[in-house]
Amino acid sequence: MFVMRMIEPNEAGLIVRILAGEKELFHELIRPYERMVYLTLFAIVKNETEAEDGAQETVISAYRHLASFRGDAKFSTWLTTIAINEGRKRLRKAKGAAEDSIDEQAEGHEGDYAPAPLTDWGEIPLEALERKELREALRVAVAELPGIYRQVFVLRDLEELNIEETAQALGINPGAVKVRLHRARMMLQKRLVPFLKTTAPARRGFFGRAL
Amino acid sequence: MKLDCKHVWEHISEYIDKSVDAELRKDIELHLEHCEICSAILDSTRNILLLPADARTFELPVGYSKRLHERLKEEMEKSKLERSGDGPK
Repeated sequence: MFVMRMIEPNEAGLIVRILAGEKELFHELIRPYERMVYLTLFAIVKNETEAEDGAQETVISAYRHLASFRGDAKFSTWLTTIAINEGRKRLRKAKGAAEDSIDEQAEGHEGDYAPAPLTDWGEIPLEALERKELREALRVAVAELPGIYRQVFVLRDLEELNIEETAQALGINPGAVKVRLHRARMMLQKRLVPFLKTTAPARRGFFGRAL
Repeated sequence: MKLDCKHVWEHISEYIDKSVDAELRKDIELHLEHCEICSAILDSTRNILLLPADARTFELPVGYSKRLHERLKEEMEKSKLERSGDGPK
């Protein structure tokens, strides 16, 4: 019997109660995953309104089909799979299959996925990581990643699914997840390093003097 | 085995995820001790990866949660009506 073995005891309890008729508890079940559902949708459709509509549809669909959740995956992975399907459906509707096929080509493409070398990084400027501009730069860079890389990056590094869960949710093998994740991270590193260099505060010498 | 920089770069992502085997891990660490460029690449990548988890980086639309739960509530009421047979046919 594998039913419910992979999910949090608390979550399993909630699901049992919801299915037994305490429907209102679904609000509670879904709350920890609201953010994840939205970001998954956004990673695919790249449009706020579409992502929000899609997130609502995802949650409604999960509510309607909760009885078919068998507990052989985590609830979060099951929900993510619904979100991905919803996103792909919306993407197809909006753009035909155009973007999908461009994305698929990107994987086979032998691109340059080397990181940007940097020589004057010095100490890690933690204060630079606090900057609003850097977060904005990351948002833009993530939005500009080819779809197949963006989706893996979002599931893995934003939503912190593991390699297996990411593979399961996207319907690809774990090896492909690793390759795409590596490329996504290197593309982001390359995009953000110049930004860090130009916006990092001047390095300080002794007694706080600028060098 | 002595690694060159390019070889290290190919494994940075897996190294960060701690999914390289022990031997390769040792070789990478040996390289990092002597190579400032690769150390800087590793540090910068690691630091960039701290950003996504920061809720301020990817914000949700204002009112998103409220609208979501309202929609869910409507759905629940609708299914209740349908079950009791009073709902729209």
